[in-house]
Amino acid sequence: MTITAGQRAEGAVTDEPSPPTGGRPPRQWWWRCRRRPGQDATERGILSANDRRRPVVRAGLWIVTTVVVGGLAVVAAGPLLWLFKSAVSTSQDILREPLSLWPSGIQWQNLSEAWTRVDIAGYLGNTAWVAAGSWFFGLLVATTGGYALSVLKPRYGPVITGAVLATLFVPGVISLVALYLIILDVPIVRVNLINTFWAVWLPAAANAFNVLLVKRFFDNLPHDLFEAARIDGAGPYRIFVSLVLPMSRPILGVLSLLTIIAAWKEFLWPLLVLPDPSMQPLSVALPRLESTAEVSLLMAGMFISVIVPVLLFLLFQRQFLRGAGQAGALKG
Amino acid sequence: MAMTARPDLPAEPGQRPRRRRRRSPVTWARSGGMASVVFLLPLLITFGFFSWLPVAKSLVLSMQRTNLVTAAEWVGLANFERVLADPLLWTAVWNTTWFTLLAVVVGFPVPVMLAVFIGELRKSRGLASALAYIPVILPPVVAVLLWKAYYNPGPDGLFNTVLGWFGLGPFPWLQDGTMAMPSIVVQATWAGFGGTTIIYLAALRSVRTDLYEAAEVDGASIWRRVWHITLPQLRGIMLIMLLLQLIGTFQVFTEPFIMTGGGPENRTTTILMLIYNYAFIAGDYGKATALSLMLAGVLSIVSAVYLFLTRTWSKT
Repeated sequence: MTITAGQRAEGAVTDEPSPPTGGRPPRQWWWRCRRRPGQDATERGILSANDRRRPVVRAGLWIVTTVVVGGLAVVAAGPLLWLFKSAVSTSQDILREPLSLWPSGIQWQNLSEAWTRVDIAGYLGNTAWVAAGSWFFGLLVATTGGYALSVLKPRYGPVITGAVLATLFVPGVISLVALYLIILDVPIVRVNLINTFWAVWLPAAANAFNVLLVKRFFDNLPHDLFEAARIDGAGPYRIFVSLVLPMSRPILGVLSLLTIIAAWKEFLWPLLVLPDPSMQPLSVALPRLESTAEVSLLMAGMFISVIVPVLLFLLFQRQFLRGAGQAGALKG
Repeated sequence: MAMTARPDLPAEPGQRPRRRRRRSPVTWARSGGMASVVFLLPLLITFGFFSWLPVAKSLVLSMQRTNLVTAAEWVGLANFERVLADPLLWTAVWNTTWFTLLAVVVGFPVPVMLAVFIGELRKSRGLASALAYIPVILPPVVAVLLWKAYYNPGPDGLFNTVLGWFGLGPFPWLQDGTMAMPSIVVQATWAGFGGTTIIYLAALRSVRTDLYEAAEVDGASIWRRVWHITLPQLRGIMLIMLLLQLIGTFQVFTEPFIMTGGGPENRTTTILMLIYNYAFIAGDYGKATALSLMLAGVLSIVSAVYLFLTRTWSKT
């Protein structure tokens, strides 16, 4: 049941005619996704069109809408808005009048002071670098691996797919300490990755969920096309670069968002493998600032650290929500 | 022994053709066998070193005493005994169980109800799901620090101000042994409900609408439709989500680590924090790994029993 939900969602993705290359293609397909009318607007839910005409139901629905949307606005968006306000308030305001709607004076200097004096700039740079590397290696592993397992299909493929799938069922806690020791002294190559970004990038790339998501997407691509290309003399590398990758832009977009946001959020692992403060990302530095810096600077730092995720979310809402839904389908 | 669960997996394709006598390594390579290996290489390296090997290494590590300075010493099950003898373990087990229990009681029904409501909205559906997803977007550290500020125990704290309007409080929140854990649970639920709601919303789209049609023709009220059609059809995903929530909350770390650091009086020390303390404060990697394995073992058993029970229950 849940699998059909996923298939339907992915079907919707693949139905998207693959955009012509050239110009600014990514913009095009996001754009098209967004303009597509909600196809389920005509479908019925629990309530039918008849129900919706009944006054009692209409009143009830209106109340539910108000309570749900209003409640969510306060509960879910409220803290974010509060953070925006606090980032430009004085420490005094934040501590004494947390609920005042407007700060007593707008302190833009909080942001610049946080940027330079407590080196939010450096931490933000580290976070961005962590995210960029995790994105690159995550996509590299997921696309090449997904391609090999789904299209090239070596005879031992199912074994590897199984081994990748199995890691989804292993609680992360098992490998935490052992992984740390491996980072201290990587076997065979014998290097110590502590205080290098590799220590964050590479373990993040070994993400079974990403690999399986891409593999499932590739499974649904028209394999006849690859067969035809092969007959025309295209090798496996050519097929990967000129056919599979361009066709999988939708899934790559979703995956990019997921990996970047995940890297932005990481806390425990960078805390362990990046003990050098000059290399730490924001999420590791902020709890330390909480005890050392002024509240106003902490709030400004927190505000700066949420700008990128929030902007990404505002721009790519649909992709986020679809990605999250697919995550559920995969779990089911 | 287990160390051989290994990064030299790429050798496997070379061996295969030998077993099947008709294909020599040369024909294997010509027919594109090499390409598969090349494409699989990034996956095999990253998963080999950072996913499969750590699991194998854990098994070995749990039976060694090592502090990285002196050579590792084989101690059999002594690490497990030392963990079980630690009085703090039972505190942590109790705290984690209490956290999980609260988190499930609060965090399980909310997303289901919210998804059913949001699923019926028309114009504001997108807005509602986007709003619900905002907490998921925020980095957990930021969310936790924000809530820590709201839980300010003084009368000027945000929650204390609000409750003060109704003549309640001020409450000590995180600084009180009894209130600290529920306070953390509320924060964790807030941080997690959006993602679960979106998953349920996606699952709701696959509920068969002809059943609603039929029920409506038979005169079933809206609530009965929810109860007898929507919820039963969501049951599969609800059972999975409950299990995932259990597994996730049992490994809770960031929230208590930042909010309370385990205090007051170890009332919020969770199992994962204990593992962290063993390994990265005390440097006792063997003991930490032994506890991780025990936690993972318990989680696996719980999952297996859970899946078995729900499956048999589904059949009857």
